[in-house]
Amino acid sequence: MQQIIYFFIKNKNFLLFAFLFLIALILTIQSHSYHNSKVISSTNFFSGGIYSARSNVTSYFDLRKENNLLIEENTRLREQLATLKSNIPNPKFEGDILPVFNFTGARVINNNYSKIKNQLTLDKGLKDSLEVDMGVITSKGLVGIINKVSDNYARVQSILNTTSQINAKLKKSNHIGFLTWNTKDPNIVQLIEIPKLAPIAVGDTIVTSGNSSIFPKGILIGTVKDFTVGATDSFTVDVQLFNDMTSLNHVYVIKNLNLLEIENLEKTDDAE
Amino acid sequence: MQNKDILINIIRFFGLLLLQVTLLNHINFLGYVNPYLYLVFILIFPFTGNKGLLIFLSFLLGLSIDIFSDSGGVHAAASVFVAYIRPLILKFSFGVSYEYNMVKLNKVPIAERIVYISIIVVLHHIILFTMEIFSTSHILLILKSTLFSSIFSIILIMCSLLLFSNKTASY
Repeated sequence: MQQIIYFFIKNKNFLLFAFLFLIALILTIQSHSYHNSKVISSTNFFSGGIYSARSNVTSYFDLRKENNLLIEENTRLREQLATLKSNIPNPKFEGDILPVFNFTGARVINNNYSKIKNQLTLDKGLKDSLEVDMGVITSKGLVGIINKVSDNYARVQSILNTTSQINAKLKKSNHIGFLTWNTKDPNIVQLIEIPKLAPIAVGDTIVTSGNSSIFPKGILIGTVKDFTVGATDSFTVDVQLFNDMTSLNHVYVIKNLNLLEIENLEKTDDAE
Repeated sequence: MQNKDILINIIRFFGLLLLQVTLLNHINFLGYVNPYLYLVFILIFPFTGNKGLLIFLSFLLGLSIDIFSDSGGVHAAASVFVAYIRPLILKFSFGVSYEYNMVKLNKVPIAERIVYISIIVVLHHIILFTMEIFSTSHILLILKSTLFSSIFSIILIMCSLLLFSNKTASY
């Protein structure tokens, strides 16, 4: 007994080190194996608070750019509105059209793009009715999907993350593939599994497919920069993003109002 | 440790943490190179101080940085490792009897200082990037990140130690 105690006292530094190192190792492995690591996240009030304070200061530096983006977006929306107004069917559609998607504005308070599994932090959370698995976009294009929410903050898994796989398609021909990232350049992502039959050209537009319930159909992503034939007889396309992922500020969070209904329907399908 | 030492180390802990997460983690020089200045805490923790305490504090510091950067436990693991192995590196860089000679980091020859800082920084960065990237298919990326970030970190740490060497004469 005495020897055991003596052993512990003699090696207490090593035991402490081994214990703490093991904890860190478990946390690391957990963060690599699950999409939403539960324990360690920047959505707690302490780190979230510090990031908001920081963002309050730094957001002043690019107000001019943000204003330009808003003006661009307003112009585009006004043009769309004008086209829609001139195409209103006659006689008028009776009753209200129920909205399917609800948009909430939020601010990015922490942006990462230099790692291989990048995450962003938003300044809104459960209190603003944000939930896990909601899509995040900017006025220019896709950003990612929320993977953890606390009361006041939300964490977004960026498309610049090797574990992200988002459905996307060629706007012209509706051929569907997956968006992945090869970690090389924060403004270029890869669209894989596009069938070899698809007519594809440099400069073609890539949009979301609308196959998942997370993103509506036709959210802009980027343009074809380059494409090669991959291993499985399908195209691997380099997509130049419309977004500048290195400087994100204001984003929109998309809530699918029919999500519950869709999920219930899919559940009943499985049961039968 | 004296009361003054404890206070200085507490201030240094939180100061380095804030500096790292608000400023240095967002430099992204050339797209991916960030310096990790918080290693200064481990480097200049009193050489004769409690080793168990240093290991524990390094773990806390690393874990805090992990919480901010959503990276699991990579900083905690790397920091706790260099904190544990620090006595060995001290012996290697300053000679076996560094504890009795009352070695002070701002009084040793510049070559020995560079050796000591470089070994700790490089070891820390290798563990950090290996665990962060965690895949053998990206081994080039690991080496590249380690190399460039180490150079950046070493330069920044040397500069800040020179800059503050008079004020914090306690180490």
